[in-house]
Amino acid sequence: MGHGPAVKLGKDKAATYKTRLGVKMFIVYTLVYATFVILNTTNPKVMESIIFGQTAAVIWGFSLIVLALVMAVIYNRLCTNAEEQMNS
Amino acid sequence: MIYTQSPLAIGLFCFFVLFVLGLSFYMSRRTQSAEGYYAAGGNIHWFTNGVAFAGDYLSAASFLGICGMIATAGYDGWMYSIGYLAGWIVALFLVAEPMKRLGKYTFTDALDSKFNSKSIQLMAAISTLLVSVFYLIPQMVGAGVLVQPLLGLPHWVGVCIVGIVVTIIVATAGMASTTYVQFFKGALLLIMSTVVVIAVLFRGLSTTPENNGQPYHDFKTLHADSALVLTEEGYTTVAGLDSELGKAGFVKLEKDGQETIWHLVKADTGYTLEEALFVTKMADGTKLFNGAPAEEGKFFPVGHIKELRMNGEEVTATGAVGPFAYLSALKDSTIVLWGKKYVKQGDKTLTIYYQKPTPGSRVLRPGLKFKVDNATGLQKFNFMSLMLALFCGTAALPHILIRYYTVPSQAAARKSTIVAIAAIGFFYILTLFLGMGAMTNGVINITDNNMSAPLLALSFGVVLFAIISSLAFATVLGTVSGLIVAASGAIAHDLMDNFMGMKMTDRGKVRAGKISAIVIGCIAIYLGIVFEGMNVSFLVGWAFAVAASANLPAILMLLFWSKTTARGVAASILVGLISSLGLILVSPDMWVRYGKLPAEAPVQFNSPALISIPLSFLALVIISMMTQKDVIKGHSAERA
Repeated sequence: MGHGPAVKLGKDKAATYKTRLGVKMFIVYTLVYATFVILNTTNPKVMESIIFGQTAAVIWGFSLIVLALVMAVIYNRLCTNAEEQMNS
Repeated sequence: MIYTQSPLAIGLFCFFVLFVLGLSFYMSRRTQSAEGYYAAGGNIHWFTNGVAFAGDYLSAASFLGICGMIATAGYDGWMYSIGYLAGWIVALFLVAEPMKRLGKYTFTDALDSKFNSKSIQLMAAISTLLVSVFYLIPQMVGAGVLVQPLLGLPHWVGVCIVGIVVTIIVATAGMASTTYVQFFKGALLLIMSTVVVIAVLFRGLSTTPENNGQPYHDFKTLHADSALVLTEEGYTTVAGLDSELGKAGFVKLEKDGQETIWHLVKADTGYTLEEALFVTKMADGTKLFNGAPAEEGKFFPVGHIKELRMNGEEVTATGAVGPFAYLSALKDSTIVLWGKKYVKQGDKTLTIYYQKPTPGSRVLRPGLKFKVDNATGLQKFNFMSLMLALFCGTAALPHILIRYYTVPSQAAARKSTIVAIAAIGFFYILTLFLGMGAMTNGVINITDNNMSAPLLALSFGVVLFAIISSLAFATVLGTVSGLIVAASGAIAHDLMDNFMGMKMTDRGKVRAGKISAIVIGCIAIYLGIVFEGMNVSFLVGWAFAVAASANLPAILMLLFWSKTTARGVAASILVGLISSLGLILVSPDMWVRYGKLPAEAPVQFNSPALISIPLSFLALVIISMMTQKDVIKGHSAERA
């Protein structure tokens, strides 16, 4: 039926660790994102308050974008370490 | 708005098109096998693939739609950027590596990897086709919008150029050429958008915006007493307080043979009259802009600051500023936004655009487009539903998911997603400055905000405009290529090869893919012409909602719930598709398109995700529980 990956993949013993780590980090980011959406919905005026010379909405927006990248880099680092240790 | 075609812009456009065509013919040597055609041989470097992800993702909706929305509605446009980027977290943490591990050419492969189920193959292929077509239409319409100022050609010619070029790209070299086209386009888009933002910051803010040497139109303010007797001389009232215009809060005046419309603002002793712009739609469908045909150029670009404050003082210009000082000055200033009202005058319809001075702190927080202040429960529901669709949609878009099959390993899939997050996140930060730059630099065509980013570039000179417009066109080319590869894979690989069981040789699979690409290309051209005039971000939001409802629950439950069955997956896709599409078809936005009042629509929200995603999950759980006997021992779903 043509299933399976396009290139041959070796067995990944770190898969379980990576999946659990991914779920945990997903939950953390989702909670932050959900807080942002709920705040905008229930109390949008809070987003107009000034923090570090900017509106809270701008600070939230930048933070969500930067947080995504920081968490992605941390996730990759931990996954790479796990792959090196478990698959060697 | 009148645009003058630049030979440089035409030359650059032709260069881009010839470059991608040359690349496709060069790459066609690598696509003799099915692996080569559908997955670029599975040996693309993770960095190249990551930038290509950005190229795929930063479509006309991102570059044209979001910048245009920020330019006219401020922070609410940027909410799309935040939601779109957050969606990549779902892709990275939950979907990237399993998709690579389970699939081969299409995301249907991954869904069906444990079951070999005809119903999954059929439903997933239909879902891929529908989502791809939803996504294709706005891209093709975006192409038509771009060729008018760029090449001076009508809408349908732009749609045909994109359709033909993209079909050649895909039909010659499939995913290999598409990947490299996306890589170059994604990289160039990031570089050139950065250049424009740096130029915006160097120019700073001013109450008299520059526009490539053209003075900004001086929007006048008049004063009148409560009987509408003007203090300024020379004006005659054509339509006063008792007219239809007056009832809507406007008056029409005449001076030196020129009719103008003014917005009435109550003052302490009478009225202040602010100059407005207006479009007259005649009974025969022709349009006049500020009372004259478009060619006479009497309709002005807009976007200016009324009161500019920097470090607590009122100034007329800031000079060059850093990015945070730029946003801070905007927050403290008063920006003129533009409201829109329709007034019927006999058999003519007037669309009036009037000034709405708004505090910058209000512009830089949500609520100008989305109703969140003093909102009803339904309005809050609509907003949350949209943000959910943006969050969940990315990891369910077929043309994004197939990119995981072009890299050699799971680690490469992960790393390419991180490169994508960095590139896309950086671009979305730039969109805030591009949009706010357009809002305050007097460049917005208020009748079509999609061109705000290219017109902002034009305010710095024709060279930057030529490059940015050509890149915007390349953006459409790249995204459409990816969509056509995804859709052709759904037909040739999922339906013909797997579902119908047609025994094809490797070369036969490639031929089937290429023929499918040509057929889909023709359909895309047709739809792009039919949907002329539609907002480019309109269907993209729906494509996200449909993808998130039909695909994501199936993907996640397959990965994380061991009791998932083949029938459960198929039911989930079916319920997700029907519920999301059904709710869209009876939404207020669609009711307007049917020529009815939005208030009469059976449902009063436009974004279906908050209902259709849970329904899709529910269908999977119920049907899976009912069909547990189908689970073959040892074939339990992949566990953590």
